[in-house]
Amino acid sequence: MTTWMLRRLIQAVFVMLAMTVIVFIGVNVIGDPIEILISPEADQAERARAVAALGLDKPLWEQYWKFLLGALQGDLGRSFVFNEPALKLIAQRMPATLELALTAVLMSVVIGIPLGLYAGLKPSSLAGRTIMGVSILGFSLPSFWVGLMLIMVFAVQLGWLPSTGRGQTAELFGVQWSFLTANGLAHMVMPATNLALGNIALVLRLTRAGVRENLPMDYVKFARAKGISPSRVVFVHVLKNIMIPIVTVVGLEIGGLIAFAVVTESVFAWPGMGKLIIDSINVLDRPVIVAYLMMIVLLFIVINLIVDLLYTVLDPRVRLENKE
Amino acid sequence: MSELTLDVQGLSTHFFTRAGVVKAVDDISFSVARGRVLGLVGESGSGKSVTGFSLIGLVDPPGRITTGKILFQGRDLTKLDERELRDLRGNRIAMIFQDPMMTLNPVLRIDTQMIETVMAHDNVSREVARQRSRDALGMVGIPSPEERLTSYPHQFSGGMRKRVAIAIALLHRPDLIIADEPTTALDVTIQAQILAEVQRLAREVGTALIWITHDLSVIAGLADDIAVMYAGRIVETGAVEEVLDRPLHPYTHGLIGSVPSRNARGSRLRQIPGMTPSLLNLPVGCAFRSRCPRADAACAADPPDSFPVEGRTLRCFHPQLEMVA
Repeated sequence: MTTWMLRRLIQAVFVMLAMTVIVFIGVNVIGDPIEILISPEADQAERARAVAALGLDKPLWEQYWKFLLGALQGDLGRSFVFNEPALKLIAQRMPATLELALTAVLMSVVIGIPLGLYAGLKPSSLAGRTIMGVSILGFSLPSFWVGLMLIMVFAVQLGWLPSTGRGQTAELFGVQWSFLTANGLAHMVMPATNLALGNIALVLRLTRAGVRENLPMDYVKFARAKGISPSRVVFVHVLKNIMIPIVTVVGLEIGGLIAFAVVTESVFAWPGMGKLIIDSINVLDRPVIVAYLMMIVLLFIVINLIVDLLYTVLDPRVRLENKE
Repeated sequence: MSELTLDVQGLSTHFFTRAGVVKAVDDISFSVARGRVLGLVGESGSGKSVTGFSLIGLVDPPGRITTGKILFQGRDLTKLDERELRDLRGNRIAMIFQDPMMTLNPVLRIDTQMIETVMAHDNVSREVARQRSRDALGMVGIPSPEERLTSYPHQFSGGMRKRVAIAIALLHRPDLIIADEPTTALDVTIQAQILAEVQRLAREVGTALIWITHDLSVIAGLADDIAVMYAGRIVETGAVEEVLDRPLHPYTHGLIGSVPSRNARGSRLRQIPGMTPSLLNLPVGCAFRSRCPRADAACAADPPDSFPVEGRTLRCFHPQLEMVA
């Protein structure tokens, strides 16, 4: 276990390192931030001053080296635009994205698994087939369009739900959260639903496929032959077997939702990381882009680690290493 | 003759597939008395396993029991609802499945799978259920059962898993055990041990046993009675010594003749020519006639049940009356 963890940590460091190189070269290729940052009327001397102040006059390898030294001390550079540490900017926006993404994941599990179970157990029933039919819409409709439709129906025409912003927030662990207030929750309903829709469909279809695959297996028949209740057969015997692929996908989806909540955040003017990264890319705010991507990579590494640990809980045949 | 634990009358289980009706079990009748062992013998695909599943009401769609009665201690199981059947399953009627690799749930511990079986039928504490599970494991010869309870199925060998499955079947000391090829994958020593255990159970507790197998040598040593199945029908029944020594149906004859040890050393092994017919849209008449050396025009009609000798039944127009070579 410990050597497995250690090996994973070393791997993670290398992944992060490789990521910094790719990102660093990448942001240098896409454009020169100076053109955007200084006013067009600025003269040559002013321009040179700005370049020097941002450290852009140095060769690339030196910029990279400086960044690495800073990163080791927890400093991922200062935003060109806000003149604040990039990490701080991201940390400010992160709770908003995090609560949105986690709510969406929760919704996809809480709604997707029961519906998937139902559709799997009663595949030829009308309800079962309806669930499957609607689920196709769930992941084939583009999320920006669904978002706009949600706003049009529930905010504009019915006036039930607010359509922009986080609403009222409350503090927990020194961070502002929307889910703690009724008003904040009302603000979260539409963006979270919008974000969750594709994932509900995914989890649902995965659950159904798992049920269809597992039901004809001998262990199910044997469990029934033991005379245990049908609900125990489904919720203990079958569900535990199909949780393995579901955990894998949900794990990856958490990362994906956090990293790519951009569209939903833009549609609902949700002040999260997604909007920050889009704005930063528009003005080529290199430190923020780099810091953001580093955070996302870290997030994926942590999630994968948790998923691997969960495997051992769910499937006894998975061992992280040999006992001896 | 003691009381009958199970009396099956004219049971048919058909599968309604798109390609047609598969008559996996077609109008079979047999009975097992208390404490007796019935060997149900036949080739693969002859409907033995479906018979077993039919008895405990676990035939999955598109299959279903179409006609017949299954009288278990006088109650007709085909008339019971799912809830009543569930009370019997694992409790009064237990089944041991064919494939030991697949019958235990791979992601649940052995104790979970055993305790749930005990607690499904008896209102006992978890601790008592656990003790009973441990004792059952010990009974089928699993060493250090206390520790093995917390193992997962993959930590057992195939033979051990089969023994766990057998232990689960024994948990409630059922009145009827349907064992589908239960000892096929086991060592001879373990097989003997389990057979002895099962015989003891039959004698002491009065458990009736249906032993589904293709292995005539096991049947010879274990069973009291034998029913030979071919293409969904029972073609011959009787006391085991009688049938094995003096088979009447040409198919039983061929089956016994194919046992390697009965063939003279150095000579070609004997076999029944041809293959088991497809059960899909089986034509009327004796299903064995295309492979039968004695078949003639009469065999195109369904042979009726006949009772050539006391205690035996037969479905054949041309029984073979001479001794097996």
